Amino acid sequence: MRPSDRLLIALLLAGLAAEACWLHAAWRQREVDGHRAAAAIVRRLGLTDLALFTEARYTRHPTQADRFAPFQDHPGALEHFPSGSVVGPPVAR
Amino acid sequence: MSALIEARELRRVFHQGRSDQVEAVKGVSLSIAAGQVTVLRGPSGSGKTSLLALLGAMARPTSGRIFLGERELTSLPERFLTEERRRTFGFVFQQFNLVPGLSARENVMLPALPLGHPRAGLARRAGALLERFGVAHRAAARADRLSGGEAQRVAIARALINEPAVIIADEPTANLDSVLSGVFMELVGTLRASGKTIIVASHDPLVYESPLVDRVISMRDGRLEEPAP
Amino acid sequence: MTPGSWLERQRSLLDYTLSSLARRPAKNLALVTVYALVVFAVASGLFLGEALRAEATAALQGAPDVVVQRLQAGRHDLIAAGEVERLAAIRGVERAVGRRWGYLYRPSSRANLTVMVPERFWGGDGEAVIGEGVARVEQVGVGETLRLEASSGESFDVKVREVLPPGTALFTTDLLLLSEASFLRLFGGGPDRFTDIALQVPNAREISKVAEKVLQLLPGSRAITRLEMARTYQSIFDWRGGLVMALLSTALLAFALVAWDKAAGLSAEERREIGILKAIGWDVSDVLLVKLQEGAVISGAAFTLGAVGAYLHVFLGSAGLFAPVLEGWSTLAPRLHLTPAIDGLQLATLFFLTVVPYTAATVVPAWRSATADPDAVMR
Repeated sequence: MRPSDRLLIALLLAGLAAEACWLHAAWRQREVDGHRAAAAIVRRLGLTDLALFTEARYTRHPTQADRFAPFQDHPGALEHFPSGSVVGPPVAR
Repeated sequence: MSALIEARELRRVFHQGRSDQVEAVKGVSLSIAAGQVTVLRGPSGSGKTSLLALLGAMARPTSGRIFLGERELTSLPERFLTEERRRTFGFVFQQFNLVPGLSARENVMLPALPLGHPRAGLARRAGALLERFGVAHRAAARADRLSGGEAQRVAIARALINEPAVIIADEPTANLDSVLSGVFMELVGTLRASGKTIIVASHDPLVYESPLVDRVISMRDGRLEEPAP
Repeated sequence: MTPGSWLERQRSLLDYTLSSLARRPAKNLALVTVYALVVFAVASGLFLGEALRAEATAALQGAPDVVVQRLQAGRHDLIAAGEVERLAAIRGVERAVGRRWGYLYRPSSRANLTVMVPERFWGGDGEAVIGEGVARVEQVGVGETLRLEASSGESFDVKVREVLPPGTALFTTDLLLLSEASFLRLFGGGPDRFTDIALQVPNAREISKVAEKVLQLLPGSRAITRLEMARTYQSIFDWRGGLVMALLSTALLAFALVAWDKAAGLSAEERREIGILKAIGWDVSDVLLVKLQEGAVISGAAFTLGAVGAYLHVFLGSAGLFAPVLEGWSTLAPRLHLTPAIDGLQLATLFFLTVVPYTAATVVPAWRSATADPDAVMR
């Protein structure tokens, strides 16, 4: 087999892998149960935040925390939770 | 016999205008007849290699003109010069210049790759050439694992893959012992018999005293010693 | 000789490119691996951020339209139950609901739980509904009991009635849902005070007007609209955030190193090879095509491996490598089961940032030596 045929096969495999990801994504997106269940429970309980960062009240509920919560220890205290590097401050528009 | 290559007042200057300026070829005029074996003879540094490069369209002269048949090479744009180099000339270098890491067969096929011929036919042609020069058993070997004699025969096969009219060889026997040098001259004989024009630069008596050679031109300090006819 | 076909020329030169690459397998494999890892890291961040944003946007449609908090000296304080009726009277407000929620630290599992009283709790008194993460860190299941330490010093048991489905973990992983009586028993306080008040405003265009009226009615309070909540999560995994910035800058640095190394020029060996190719009749365009293919094969392979790897990592592997970041200093984080959401533009940007500069860095130095006269190899 010539080398370019091997590349062609590799390209086909890569295409198949990408296609598999795409199909998987489409399949997951159609699997709406999870989405619907999440939306339903958010509505039912009146949830306001993602339960991603449970380390402090202002990271667990960034939308609900008062503006002084991160500075309760000291007005100049620096953010010291890893989640602060993932969620930015809300964008005012 | 008609002149295949005609050179007029060729000059080649390296590092022009700098303090280390060198004039390697100082006004050479000569004509090469088709179907003959011509040897450029001279000590190292006499300008043989530079002249070969000019004749084989590998470099442009600083001044002077080169005709290939009716066509003037010196005024051609780079694309067409490449075209000539590919179609008309086959080179065998002193260092062989095989691409290391590729197999002998791949090396032979190299000059033909950009032409876009079907690969199967190309591989067959390369195989036939290796067979003809007695190195078919080394076809799959990596170029850097070949012995000097094998490497040279692969290099000759490579020079022939595009069926050029002119074979140019620079010091072909410099890296070979006397037995292999004799084998090389036999190859030159077969090429000549098949109608190729051959230009060899060499200061090896085994080459320039060979009965196969039609004409010997001596060079010294960038000029021809034998006045060109 | 007759000219061959265009396609066959591409393929023949591609054969050469690949044999060429195969000559230095260790070096090229290492290059692709490192490059793919860089793409993997950046693409994982992109995928995770986009998926979280999509989930947040979809689910937070159901969040309360307005949440009213009382502030006391800048801090969130309990709000009097009497305010519920005053707020419900605002024009445009269909319903106002007083809510009770808070945080509970569990020293045994070192987890912070969010304790809530649902508006209509479907369990009985002394029962609890918990999130998937709570069941995990507290090692309790349905029918088992959870011992709670009340603020008064007494402790009491609640029985787990239900564990919320794992599909909702992104929103519910740390929830402990109790009846109102259990909540008051746990935290003390009286029935006349709520944590905050949620307003339902059917007409979305009236929300900001309602928020203004709330501030007039209850000076010193704070009204948080649904739009503000959704906006908070639009900046999750934003490129300016520390983590993504760290990933991006590392990737850029790695790329700059490779590009600098390449642009610094070809090795003597590579220059000689280009000279040989030109001497045996290759055109400058042939040499450049080979270099173009080389750059495209290396960077294309790296991009594909990295991007597909990132997809598997984020959507099948629950973004496991980011788990320490999400968990942070806490012990409780959701098991992510994300619905794939991919921003095509972002992915295309990543593709061009990966493939184009690398290929250019491969071609440009080759172009400089390929335009030289080929007789250099004869000397």
